[in-house]
Amino acid sequence: MSGFFSLKAWHQVWTYRETFELGLLNTVETALVGVLLSLVLGIFFGLMATSGKKWLKCIARIYVEVIQNTPVLLQICFLYYSLAFSGHSMGIIATGMISLGIYTGAYMAEVFRAGIEAIPGGQFEAAHAQGFGYVGMMYHIILPQSIKIILPPAVNQVVNLIKNTSCLYIIGGADLISQTYNFVTGATTGGAYAPAYLVCGVLFFIICFPLSKMASAWEMNLKKRDQKMAVSVKSRKIVMAETGERKKVAV
Amino acid sequence: MEDLQASLSILQNPAVLLYILKGVAFSMIIALLAVVCGILLGSVLALVRNYCTSQKNKVFGWIATIYIEIFRNTPLLLWIFICLIACPCPKHFERQLFGLTSVETKLLFKAAVALILFTSSVIAEIIRGGLNSVAAGQFEAGHSQGFSTVQIMIYIVLPQAFKNVVPTLLSQVITTIKDSSYLANIATIELMSRVKKILSSANMYNGTGAIHVSDVFILFGFAALIYFIINYTLSCIVRYTQKSRKTVNGKMSWNNV
Repeated sequence: MSGFFSLKAWHQVWTYRETFELGLLNTVETALVGVLLSLVLGIFFGLMATSGKKWLKCIARIYVEVIQNTPVLLQICFLYYSLAFSGHSMGIIATGMISLGIYTGAYMAEVFRAGIEAIPGGQFEAAHAQGFGYVGMMYHIILPQSIKIILPPAVNQVVNLIKNTSCLYIIGGADLISQTYNFVTGATTGGAYAPAYLVCGVLFFIICFPLSKMASAWEMNLKKRDQKMAVSVKSRKIVMAETGERKKVAV
Repeated sequence: MEDLQASLSILQNPAVLLYILKGVAFSMIIALLAVVCGILLGSVLALVRNYCTSQKNKVFGWIATIYIEIFRNTPLLLWIFICLIACPCPKHFERQLFGLTSVETKLLFKAAVALILFTSSVIAEIIRGGLNSVAAGQFEAGHSQGFSTVQIMIYIVLPQAFKNVVPTLLSQVITTIKDSSYLANIATIELMSRVKKILSSANMYNGTGAIHVSDVFILFGFAALIYFIINYTLSCIVRYTQKSRKTVNGKMSWNNV
């Protein structure tokens, strides 16, 4: 990793900064559409998995298992090449959006399923007793309660999706990683390895770090609230205070 | 239909099949290696991040935190590319090994290093979760029995922490097997890249002289099937361990009541 301090290499990166801007734009674009698609698929299959009807559950299960147990790289290649060889290629970025959306959608479906299943059955029964239909029950009663359970893992999946945009490289992608790699290995632009990779890494970090921090902060908050609700907290506090005193005595 | 039969004949070619199956073996070995090294490195990172909080060795805690956060928030492919130019390769690996050319062994070593570094940061967070789940009373109990801090870690805290995270670690194995397909971006060593390579020369194997859609379906379908069988078996094991843990915990809480 020489060239960290070479002014020439940094100058080169600055001269070709549009390459990185374009890559970042493509990555963000792919990620945004992918997240939307994955949310739609996640809600759809998550509701199917909790619907209680056996065949709907079965379909959701098959989707989740097949997608979760094969690499996203394989799915992207599959989609891209099968379209390309049948003469209906729709471009790299569109392929990436769709396959990343489908891949993350499987994880989102599991997140939604877990969130909905965490709501006690009495809530469903109460909603029915009040005359809510299925949509009304989900929209007004179940989802508002489960959203706080769903959000932290869902945001983690979004972070994963943003990192997975790097998969576009294998189909000759235009995302940030591919642009960086093409830049450092290009005949006219090549050589500035260290600064280019640093810029690329920092850009990813700036996007992903706040998101994952936010997710873990939410999760901690949730755990704390749960603990507060638990009755046993009081007794635990007493025990902790006692041990604290004992330590003081020992000192 | 004829296309499909021609595509199927690719898989009946024993040389092709052997080539792909060797790729499966490489995938498994790389993933297993990454997880084992990741657990070793990850435990150290987790311990340092969690317990180096005193004024004197705060710096180490910070370093571990920075390492974990950086690797968790950047894509694996970036680290593979970085390792390609930045990771030194020992002379021992710059020769023909395991039926690979010397260039490929070199690439394999560098990419494996990247995968290990990346996986260790993820596993560190998993193990940290396990460490946090061990009750503080365990430390006090250990101290009162005359254990030193290191002994408490080895004999009391770490075994419990690992026991708590076995299902999560197993599902990390699944993720690592999937992540090993990222190596397809730089070299033809493991399953994914080998299937892709065969697809690119499928016209030589299927006897029709051209690549059809059915070749894509058959070859990638075959690879997907292999990945699915391995990962699904693992995820069934994960679910089984989670379930048995729940019943054990349930029994224990009953005893406590």
